[in-house]
Amino acid sequence: MSRAHRGAEPRDAMSRVVVVGGGPAGMAAARAAAKAGVDVVLIDAGAKLGGQYHRQDSRAGTERFGLPPGVEHLAESVVWALEPVPGGHRVHLRTGPADAPGRTGRSIDTPALVLATGAYDQVLPFPGWELPGVYTAGAAQALAKGQGVRVGERVLLAGTGPFLLPVARSLLAVGAEVAAVLEAGNPARWLARPAGLLAGAGKLGELAGHTAALARHRVPYRTRSAVVAAHGTDRVEAVTTTRLRPDWTEVPGSRRRLDVDAVCIGYGFTPQLELAVAAGCALDGGFVTVDSAQQTSVPGVLAAGELTGIGGAELAAAEGEVAGASAARRLGARPAPPVRALRAVRRGRRFAAALAAAHPVRAGWHGRLREDTLICRCEEVRYGELRDAVREREAYGGRALKLVTRAGLGLCQGRICGRVVAELTGELTGEPGQSAAFARRPIAAPIRLGELAESPSAHREPGAGPPRVAE
Amino acid sequence: MSPDVVVVGAGIIGAACAEALSAAGLRVTVLERGALASGTTAAGEGNVLVSDKAPGPELDLARASRRRWPRLLAALREELGPRAAETEWDPKGGLVVATTAEAVAPLAEFAAAQRTAGVRADRIDPARARDLEPHLTRQVTAAVHYPEDAQLQPVLAATTLLAAVRARGGEVRAGTTVTGVVRDAGDRVGGVRTDRGSLACGAVVNCCGPWAGSFAAAAGAPVTVLPRRGMILVTAPLPPDTVRRKVYDADYVGAVASGDAELQTSTVVESTRAGTVLIGSSRERVGFDGTVRVEVLRELARKAVALFPVLADVPVMRAYGGFRPYAPDHLPVIGADPRLPGLWHATGHEGAGIGLAAATGRLLADLFTGAAPELDPAPFRPDRPAVMSQAVISPAVISPAVTGPDGETAA
Amino acid sequence: MKVRIEGREHEAVPGQTVAGVLLGAGMVSWRTTRGGGRPRGVFCGIGVCFDCLVVVNGIPDVRACQRLVRDGDDIRMQHGAELPS
Repeated sequence: MSRAHRGAEPRDAMSRVVVVGGGPAGMAAARAAAKAGVDVVLIDAGAKLGGQYHRQDSRAGTERFGLPPGVEHLAESVVWALEPVPGGHRVHLRTGPADAPGRTGRSIDTPALVLATGAYDQVLPFPGWELPGVYTAGAAQALAKGQGVRVGERVLLAGTGPFLLPVARSLLAVGAEVAAVLEAGNPARWLARPAGLLAGAGKLGELAGHTAALARHRVPYRTRSAVVAAHGTDRVEAVTTTRLRPDWTEVPGSRRRLDVDAVCIGYGFTPQLELAVAAGCALDGGFVTVDSAQQTSVPGVLAAGELTGIGGAELAAAEGEVAGASAARRLGARPAPPVRALRAVRRGRRFAAALAAAHPVRAGWHGRLREDTLICRCEEVRYGELRDAVREREAYGGRALKLVTRAGLGLCQGRICGRVVAELTGELTGEPGQSAAFARRPIAAPIRLGELAESPSAHREPGAGPPRVAE
Repeated sequence: MSPDVVVVGAGIIGAACAEALSAAGLRVTVLERGALASGTTAAGEGNVLVSDKAPGPELDLARASRRRWPRLLAALREELGPRAAETEWDPKGGLVVATTAEAVAPLAEFAAAQRTAGVRADRIDPARARDLEPHLTRQVTAAVHYPEDAQLQPVLAATTLLAAVRARGGEVRAGTTVTGVVRDAGDRVGGVRTDRGSLACGAVVNCCGPWAGSFAAAAGAPVTVLPRRGMILVTAPLPPDTVRRKVYDADYVGAVASGDAELQTSTVVESTRAGTVLIGSSRERVGFDGTVRVEVLRELARKAVALFPVLADVPVMRAYGGFRPYAPDHLPVIGADPRLPGLWHATGHEGAGIGLAAATGRLLADLFTGAAPELDPAPFRPDRPAVMSQAVISPAVISPAVTGPDGETAA
Repeated sequence: MKVRIEGREHEAVPGQTVAGVLLGAGMVSWRTTRGGGRPRGVFCGIGVCFDCLVVVNGIPDVRACQRLVRDGDDIRMQHGAELPS
């Protein structure tokens, strides 16, 4: 690979709104700010806009989304660090092929930073979940829509929440057989919350469409059911399913074995918090706290979309629009109040609250962990080791627990296991777990040491020698 | 039954003091406001070094500690069993390299002085250095090998020591903040006040690390112990033997000894048993400000790549910071506080607390019980002028609330 | 365009991720873990879990689900922790 030039990183003056994330919230924020007449930089890891929700086929030569002329879209770009500077924040990013050394470095100072970094699937560990062929629901979705790849020929979906339905539909669209959709909860609860239902009327129509599609393909949809184990030597060959009680403990005698070559799991979502945490934004219940203008507790930092709560694309876009207008205001623009978006946010939040209430994760799943069930996939830390560390060494503070067990210290930095470790530790100690400790990642995305070593001023110390020596 | 001694702070120093006091037969209770070993201790690399110290009291303490650690760990393995006493102790040795012509003579001089003080400091030629560390830069101009340098995993070490305290009938309570000291009728320490009620005791040991100054002030006997921030980069796991020893640039020594600059970095590269390579370390005097500065990270990266060129294309997955406690004269503070009978201090170990803990605990316990100490305690006296006459508490020091119990702000 | 997988040439199209190409070639795993030597492939599919690591053009620790292929890319399995070559 080329590393011929590792030059200076251009640094922009503090004149633009910076939006991180190109999903529904980020795009809406960029559009709203641009509409108000300010310049915007939209930074997104994807090659194309849309994020996870509007996943585009990256092989197609088309771009479904347009952005107004005032928006500079930096695709294939990741923000790896954020630091405060007088009057705002400095956003450090790298542009280029994912995880390649020598990507182009840049830092942008902004008085108005909109975080729209979204969320990813929460997975609850079970024996065998580390086998190839076990995916998150989001993976199945991204591969189907973004790559035209089906993760298996006969696929089981399991978890909780309405997002399982569009994933099943995407799987059907790429020719997979969906063996069943197992919903751990009981969506009959929806009926108990008419206010939330009404607020999400549009969303319900969408879900009805998915349900109809599943019915057409005769996909069984089973509530109060879950996967309790995946079987296979080097890949998934079968799973064991079970019926659940309301607390998610097993109904004895209800285990069934099912031959599948892929399993997709999604128990709700975890927000991508590292930038918000790096900025020092206050959190509540694991989500970023915002006011009605989408302002976080940190001046000059706004948040929109799943970072502030899981509510779907419509709510995310509405929040984005509000955040974009607020950001523009910080740059001196005077946009009209986004009245419709504000109303949509209020309505959407009621729906989100109903959604969260209807799909709680119940602690009964803990009982299915075995001594040797992996908790941390990266460092291959097993449940027994975690439990022993807590019991025998009384290690439970964020960093101390990580250092004793190594859970959360691998490459994913606790993104996958952090919430689970906090929940299990909380149960073992009787104190609430500290999942926020896992979201503290000053290096928000991996960066090669040589990239980090590049100075914005390309200054090298005399006598330090060349950065690389041909060996 | 009330304890003889309350140790405040369950970091490595508190754990070592509590272990030594309980070994001397005292009833010990350890109180910790956060989780065990989750402040400065959890931010440490686990260095047990003699290589970075010039002859003087700190080197004497370091040598005593280096002798004591393996003996102590062996005894704890015996007492607690191998699993509960696992600390990843690794006598891997240290390698100090110079990469410029100018650094050759000072390094040789420094090593010669250390040899006089009894340290094993073997001068080796650059080719031999590359035998020891195959990925080392070809720019090496001089090298000194320190076979006595060792490493352990600091959180495992602290929790092992605390397990011994419990096994001997002592108590360890996390999540308990000590808010002050109760004086008895004779104006001696009679107990501690905590956020969960008062606890009677005969003596209190202040092992609050960088927060020792604020605890001492709350106890009515202020000492000057200040925080110095450090940052460490952590790479993705690498194959075993990528970096075998603790390897650092000869400029490290200057940074440790100095108290002047607002920011200093020097290259320290070492691997851990988990395969990650730790790259340290910076020294910033920024109070308890936990904000990560990218320029500091860049500086660390630059120097590490210069030392180990192969690291250029390796991912950095984490950066973390911590606060080291230091006294203005850069010596630990160990001993009784003459102003308040029953109050003891064991803090101010700066970046060397893990290494110095074993001897610190022993020294404190010897002084406490009136046993003859192994080394002269005078240089570490809390009532030396550097610690007491300048006991001016900066606002940053008396408001530890800006940081979490694990020593880092949300940033 | 063409890429090499473990030394063998495979067809690929622009916009495909490395994971897309590997899954398309019938592979489900292309990494072994450092500790247990266990096989791993895609898990989260969106760049979060770092399970799908692969060696691309001599550089290890590349997330296959995030990396778009380029003509001539040399893709190899990653065995535990590897150093760049």
